[in-house]
Order: sequence, then structure tokens, then C-alpha cells
Amino acid sequence: MALDYDALNENVKKCQYAVRGELYLRASELQKEGKKIIFTNVGNPHALGQKPLTFPRQVVALCQAPFLLDDPNVGMLFPADAIARAKHYLSLTSGGLGAYSDSRGLPGVRKEVAEFIERRDGYPSDPELIFLTDGASKGVMQILNCVIRGERDGILVPVPQYPLYSATISLLGGSLVPYYLDESENWGLDVNNLRQSVAQARSQGISVRAMVIINPGNPTGQCLSEANLREILRFCYNEKLVLLGDEVYQQNIYQDERPFISAKKVLMDMGSPFSKEVQLVSFHTVSKGYWGECGQRGGYFEMTNIPPRVVEEIYKVASIALSPNVSAQIFMGLMVSPPKPGDISYDQFARESKGILESLRRRAKIMTDGFNSCKNVVCNFTEGAMYSFPQIRLPPGALQAAKQAGKVPDVFYCLKLLEATGISTVPGSGFGQKEGVFHLRTTILPAEEEMPEIMDSFKKFNDEFMTQYENNFGYSRM
Amino acid sequence: MRRYSIKLITQMRRFVIGQAKNLIDQTRRQHHHHKNLRLLSLLPPFSAASDSTTLVSSSRLLSSSSEMSASDSSSSLPVTLDSINPKYARLKIMIHDLVKRRASFRFFAIVIFVVLGGSQVLKCEYAVRGEIVNIAQRLQEELKTNKDAYPFDEIIYCNIGNPQSLGQQPITFFREVLALCSHTALLDESATHGLFSSDSIERAWKILDQIPGKATGAYSHSQGIKGLRDAIAAGIEARDGYPADPNDIFMTDGASPGVHMMMQLLISSEKDGILCPIPQYPLYSASIALHGGTLVPYYLDEASGWGLEISELKKQLEEARSKGITVRALAVINPGNPTGQVLAEENQRDIVEFCKKEGLVLLADEVYQENVYVPDKKFYSFKKIARSMGYGEKDVSLVSFQSISKGYYGECGKRGGYMEVTGFTSDVREQIYKVASVNLCSNISGQILASLVMSPPKPGDDSYDSYIAEKEGILSSLAKRAKTLEEALNKLEGITCNRAEGAMYLFPCINLPKKAIAAAEDAKTAPDAFYCKRLLNATGIVVVPGSGFRQVPGTWHFRCTILPQEDKIPAIVNRLTEFHKSFMDEFRD
Repeated sequence: MALDYDALNENVKKCQYAVRGELYLRASELQKEGKKIIFTNVGNPHALGQKPLTFPRQVVALCQAPFLLDDPNVGMLFPADAIARAKHYLSLTSGGLGAYSDSRGLPGVRKEVAEFIERRDGYPSDPELIFLTDGASKGVMQILNCVIRGERDGILVPVPQYPLYSATISLLGGSLVPYYLDESENWGLDVNNLRQSVAQARSQGISVRAMVIINPGNPTGQCLSEANLREILRFCYNEKLVLLGDEVYQQNIYQDERPFISAKKVLMDMGSPFSKEVQLVSFHTVSKGYWGECGQRGGYFEMTNIPPRVVEEIYKVASIALSPNVSAQIFMGLMVSPPKPGDISYDQFARESKGILESLRRRAKIMTDGFNSCKNVVCNFTEGAMYSFPQIRLPPGALQAAKQAGKVPDVFYCLKLLEATGISTVPGSGFGQKEGVFHLRTTILPAEEEMPEIMDSFKKFNDEFMTQYENNFGYSRM
Repeated sequence: MRRYSIKLITQMRRFVIGQAKNLIDQTRRQHHHHKNLRLLSLLPPFSAASDSTTLVSSSRLLSSSSEMSASDSSSSLPVTLDSINPKYARLKIMIHDLVKRRASFRFFAIVIFVVLGGSQVLKCEYAVRGEIVNIAQRLQEELKTNKDAYPFDEIIYCNIGNPQSLGQQPITFFREVLALCSHTALLDESATHGLFSSDSIERAWKILDQIPGKATGAYSHSQGIKGLRDAIAAGIEARDGYPADPNDIFMTDGASPGVHMMMQLLISSEKDGILCPIPQYPLYSASIALHGGTLVPYYLDEASGWGLEISELKKQLEEARSKGITVRALAVINPGNPTGQVLAEENQRDIVEFCKKEGLVLLADEVYQENVYVPDKKFYSFKKIARSMGYGEKDVSLVSFQSISKGYYGECGKRGGYMEVTGFTSDVREQIYKVASVNLCSNISGQILASLVMSPPKPGDDSYDSYIAEKEGILSSLAKRAKTLEEALNKLEGITCNRAEGAMYLFPCINLPKKAIAAAEDAKTAPDAFYCKRLLNATGIVVVPGSGFRQVPGTWHFRCTILPQEDKIPAIVNRLTEFHKSFMDEFRD
């Protein structure tokens, strides 16, 4: 064989990606066998029945078939503001959706993104420092590729974390430097803990170069406070770290005490020297929020305080991939400049987006409450993002049974859950967790009307599971 | 044109390198960029010290690159040019080699341009780096304000394989289906039947039924939607007459991510080599550099219509092995980019045999499979060839790349494509799947379009006639344009141009007079870049110097697409002819 397993790049073999791992594959098998599976493993709202927002789909459909714009009957199918917007976006391209754009994305869309950031933060944003990407993941990969030179380059990553970071860091041959979020403080980020992580990494000869924050958190759902963000930025300033701000869930906020605040705004509020020196890259996407347009693969990143020559290098590498897909660029343009009050489509757009967000907020509550009513399960409230991350306190009997089955305990639990209920989750070990502590991640995305039933079936499974393994061995760890 | 003997090439090389040394010394004195460039390659791979040094002032960060001195390498910023991934830098080091060999580049940036910016990718998008494209855009701006500023009215971009940006219309049926899938509510409207063909509506339904929950806004399986892969596999089967398995298909955002994925798997260090054609499409050199591997070149034979000779492959393979390089794969671009040749069936058999014997993965870039313009040549996929030789899954490891950006469809902006992966063990396949899954999935409209190009309307379908008319119209026009341009080029003094049997490019060889080469040296420009710049300034025609694709040292080429609309071709021929004549008059020896 020209390419056998032994000859593969070791970094590829090391890489792990839990969201599409063993559980997902088993769930797909069961689905093929005809079992009803509730996929809560990926933040993929449309797959669970969320309807796309109408206005952006109308605009993109018109851009896909521009000949409709010349048809006198186009008005029978499309509102005038969608038609106008389609013409606007087509005028920003060099040949419609079918031509490569600038490798950084269409200049006109990048300008709209910059205007959005400016409105959101109250500080200027430069379209030249905004790159559109095929989803936020591509942007994260580009930036990490730029930062990581070898195994002695470390990236601070929250634990639990979204496995994109661990997977990409190992593919690129760098070192992941974990910092633990404090579950008892609602997944708060403790700067002392950060310092320890950095000190320890440095003592092992690792040069820590960047820090990742996910705000709102994935899988943990917490929203960082302004004070916390300040501490983080100060820390990055002192330790000379690039801050990678994963802010893809910025629209997904389910409480009123802590609205989303961007790292860029906090940084600018802090003033000199921080605002001029801390290097920040912020990521956003069309896959999350109330848009949930995962299948489009649209995203952007904005760079702050990155030297022009580095920006050029990033541009160079972006251009090897030609250009991000143009229809997703248009989705991004629409997301950052949605219909305004007074527009024909405004009412419908506002109604649809509000409906989705309010339902998500209710689902977050149903889910947290549901988990907290289960035996040996404790769960922080989902303040934001799309996930619930309950801790499952497994009795020793379950740990032993898992060991016998050759499985990690939370994988064992999640597989049993899947077989019994059809609920497909991701074991906490895929995101990292403190040793001896077990979790699972579910999304809060199943349809609202199905939620009570799902939580009932979860509770029934869990409580029986706990009873079984506690009884067999006579005592509980708790 | 005769094939150069090794001896002659060696002499040329020596000559060029000698010239190069002088020039590089000169340019280094003049340009700090080169200092930095040299430093990059000397820097320790890693500097822990940078963590403890003090912050530089912010004004330093903002200073323009031309003011930066070599001492910037000690900057303590987390991300500076000197502390980014050296594989990025290696892109430059590779370029540095080019500088050594070619000797006559003035700016580092120009060199980057020819390696990267010169690719079809980058043209108008890669303005920052591409000096020629920069000039083109400047001229275009000037023409807007002053129509009489130059002896031409418009800039004609013959540098980029981006057909729809030059006015090629998309295939109506494909776009109808995409529009319906983008806004599925249309399918419930009666007015839709007045605006869309009936088979596009049927096809949209069929596709939606293959997507779980009809959700075109959802992430799909990381290999792509299963039903769409079924359609692609059926299309491959119809094309080749041999079975194709939908589980072998990995759908990607254009063909390039597939190439990157394979490089990621194959390359562990600079000890891993990939055999690549010269001239080549720069995606390969760039991707190999980014993944830290070694490009092992093999030269296509211009004299035999850019033929691929097995003896050359063997020679290069042995030479690489003698240097301790493990050659892992052979990349073949068929039809060729930038060279436009279509491989003969016999030649393809030899290539398959070679890969089997030497244990190489065959990376078959087949993105131009629909672009064949001559009656005596036909596209055969490497998979068909291998199967027809009786080789199955266990005999050859083969990856075939296909894209929706080329062909008659030319849907570059959609970023759709796939790779068909055969002859790998299941544990390797799992690893490919894992790498694919980190990026979740490729974009859905690109996936839909990839399935459409592999299963277009059939006779009897409502859209069939218009589809065929559009397709034939585009392909026959491309064939005419290729022929006209080729004939025109071959009439020019000192220019020989192989025919474009396929793909979208002509790659003529220019036998530049010594005086022109000397003038290029005075202008500190590669001779082919010198010619291309002159061409642009005189005619508004933008082409890419051959050095961007690499070429036999001492030979000079440029790449010109056949994509400007047909009505523009006569003017292009006239301008080109006129320019070349005056260029020769100026420099003839």
C-alpha cells in the first residue's frame, strides 16, 4: 500500500474530534436501523427543525438565479426589499455568485461587517482587517496555523472547550495549554488559574503564545462579565498573548444580567496602552445566533493590533484557498445589516428572529431544570450559547462497569443513554474536564414541544441507571 | 522546439546563478526586505526569550514595512512576522530559491506574486502582491477618469481562471435548482411554475428529499450529503464504466481543500516528497510548503506537447531518494494547468504502472475533465485507466479531484468540489474522515451544485435542450478561442505555442532576444515578467509570467487564459500582434 496507517502524519493520528466521534457514529448506525435518534450532539439548529429566516433566503435565492430579476413576474414571489437587496449584493461581486471574490471576501460585505462592529461596540472598525471565511472554524485554523510553529508553541485553551481547538492544535503540531473553568462558579474564568497554567507550561519549556476564550461558552454556556474580560485582556497584555475571541454565540443570550460584550469593546474601553497593544482576533459566524445557517459555511474574523506585515502573510495563505464561498458572504452581509424598521420585510424578520430567541431561552430553562431534577446530576444554567453541560456523578459501580466494557465512564453512560432513549449527546471527555468528574453535552436545540418528553425520557433512563449501579454495589460516591 | 540537453541546462543554470549572485547582493543592499528574508531562514525555530523581553512601543507596530529594520526580529509581540509559523516563511524561502535561480527579481513582493499571486486564484484578488495585477488595477482606475490616458479602452484580464467574472453565464438549470433549494418556500407557490422549468422543480424536490429534514441550512455529514454523493458516484460510474462507491466521495469547498487534506496526511516532515509537474499550478507548491514537505519536480516536455515521460519521473524519483527523501505521491494535472495538454491513454497506463511499482499515491487533479477542445484527444479518468488495467482497490492508491469551478459550469464562487478516494485501508480512510470532520462539512450549495454537474439533465427533461445548447455554446466557444489565440501566438516571431488541447490556458514559450534579457536585468525583473509588464502597459492585456509556474531554467513563458468573451478575441489578437512586433523591433539582436 502506498499509504498505510503507520506512514500517516502523526499529528493527524493524534488529533481527536469528539463531536463527530464514537457516539455520533453509533447514533448514525442506529438511525440506519430505523431507530428514532434525537441528535443533540452538534449545534445544528436547522437539522432539528428550526426554520431559516425568510428574508435572507429570498435574497440569496435571487442571487442564485439572477435571471429572475429581469422577469416581470418576480414581484409575485419576492418582496421589493429582497429584490433591491439582491441587486445590491450582486453589484458588489465581479460576476455574481459564480466568480471567485477577493481572497479576503467581497470588499462591500467587509465594509458592512465593519459598520456592524462599529455600531455594536461604538469604536471604529477597519474593513481591511476583516477577513470573511468559510465558517468560523476556517478562520480559527488560519490564525492558529499562523501562530503555531512547533510543539513548543502553546495555546491556552479553556477546559472544557470546543474540540475544534484541541483538534486543530494537534493537527498543526502545537501544544494545548489547558486552563480550567470553575464549575462551582458557574464556569467562571479565574485569572490566578490562568497564571498557574502559564507558569507550568513555561517550566516545561513551552512558549505560550495565544489564549482562546469562548464567550458565550461552548460547551459551558456561561457569559463572561465585563470585569472578567478586563482581567483577561490585562493578563494577555502582561503575558504578551494574542487573544482569540470566539464570539460566535453573541446573539445567543438567555438572561438579562450579563448581555454580550465583545472583547474588542472592552479592550477599547481600557484605553492606552492596552487598546494599542493587546493583539486580538475575534471570530463570528452565520451558523449560530437565531440564524443557524450552518450549511452555508460563512464567517469572519476581525484583527486588532496585528502588524500589517502579519496581516499580509495571513492574506497570502488565505489566497491559496482562492476565496470563501460567495453565497455565504452574502448571508454574512445580511446578518450584519438585517431589514430595518419601515422595510417591507422588517415585521416578518423581527417576528421570526424574536420567536427563535425566545423559544431558545425557554428551552434553556426547561433543560437546566430537567437535568437538575435528575438523580446525581447537577447543571449550571445556560446563560448563553446553545448547550447544556450537566455534571453526571457516576457511582463506583458504573465506573467499574465502564472499565469492564473498555470505555471511558462518560462514554459508557452516553452510549447507554443513546441505546435506551435515542438521545445522541457528546461525552464530557470530548471537551476535557477535571479528572474523575464526568459530564455530557447536549444542545438546547430540539423542538420546544418535544423538550418535556425528551427530558422525561432522560430522567427515566438516568434515574434507573443510577439506581442500578448504586444498588449493585451498595453505596454511592456522593 | 527542441528539448534542452542536460548539459545545456546546466550551463544556463550556472550562467543564471552567476548573474543572480550579483543582482541579489545589489538588491539586498537596496532593500531591507531581503535582510529580513535572510534573517527568517536563520532565525532559531523558536525563541523562548521573546516572552521575557519588553514590549515595543505601539508606534513601532504601526511603522511601515519599508522602515522596519532587521532588528524587528527581536520584537516581543506575540505575533510578528518573525514569530509566525516558519512554514509560512518557507513559502518565502521557496521563493528565495527562485530568487537565487532567476536572479533578477527586484522586490521580494514580486517574487511572492509570481509564486502565489500569479496563480489564477489570485489575480485581481491578489492585487497587493502581484505587481502586474497592481499595475493593471492602477491603469483601470486611471482609465475611469481619463479614457484617453492609454492606447486602449479597457484592461483585459487573461490571468485568472474565473470565467464568470469575464461574462460567462451560469447554466440556467443549475441556478434554478439552487435558487429553489435556497428558498424552499418557493416550491409551495403556484407562481413558481411560471418562472422555473418543471425539471428544476422536480430536481429541487428530489435533492431536498435526500437532505435530512430538508434542511439546506444544516451541517451535513462531513463527507457531504449521502444522497448527493450517490448522484456523484452514479455520474462517475456513467463516465468511466466502472463502479464508484459514494462512501469514497469526500465533498469539499472547491478542489483545493481536498489537496490540502491529502498533503496533511502524506507529509510529516521535509523528508516526505511529492512529485509535481513543472510547470505546475502553484496550489501544489504552496500546499507542500505549508505542510512542511519537499516538492520533487518533474519536467513536462514542451517539445512533445508537454508530454509526461516516465523516464523523467524515474530520474527525479531516484534523485530524490538518493537525498534521503521518501517520495509519497505523484501529482498529475490532466488536462494540464498551465500547459493545457491532455494525456494520452497509453501515457496514463504507464503512470499508473509507475505508481503501483514505486508505491506512490496518485493524486489526479482532474478538475478540467470537461474542458477538452480537440477531436483527437479524450479525457480518461485515472480510475478508469487503473480499472481497465485490472487494478482494483488493493493495487493502487488513487485520489481524483474534481471541482465545480471549471468545466463549462465555471462556478468558482460556489466553492464546490469533491475527491474520490480509492485504494486506502479503512484505518487510513477513518483518518481522512476525521480531518474532514474538524471542519464539519463543506457548504451545501456547493455540494448541491457538485451533484448537479455530475448528473445534469437527460434527454427528454424539460431543460435538456437549453442545457445542451448552453453547455455546447460555452465549450465550442472556448475551443474556438483557444484555436484563434494559439494560431495568433504561433505567427509571432520567436514564439512557439503548444495547442490548448484542454483546460483553460495557453502557455507560449517566448524566445526572448538577448537585448530584452539584458534590459530586464537592468530593470531588475525576470525576463518573462519584463515582457508581461510591457505587454500590459502597451495593450491592457494581463497575463502571468511563466516563472509563477516554474519552467525549465533559461526558458521563458507566460500563461494566458482563453476566457475573455469571444467578441473580444480579435482585438486581443491585434493588440498582442502589434505589441510583439514593436517589442521585437526594439530588442531584436
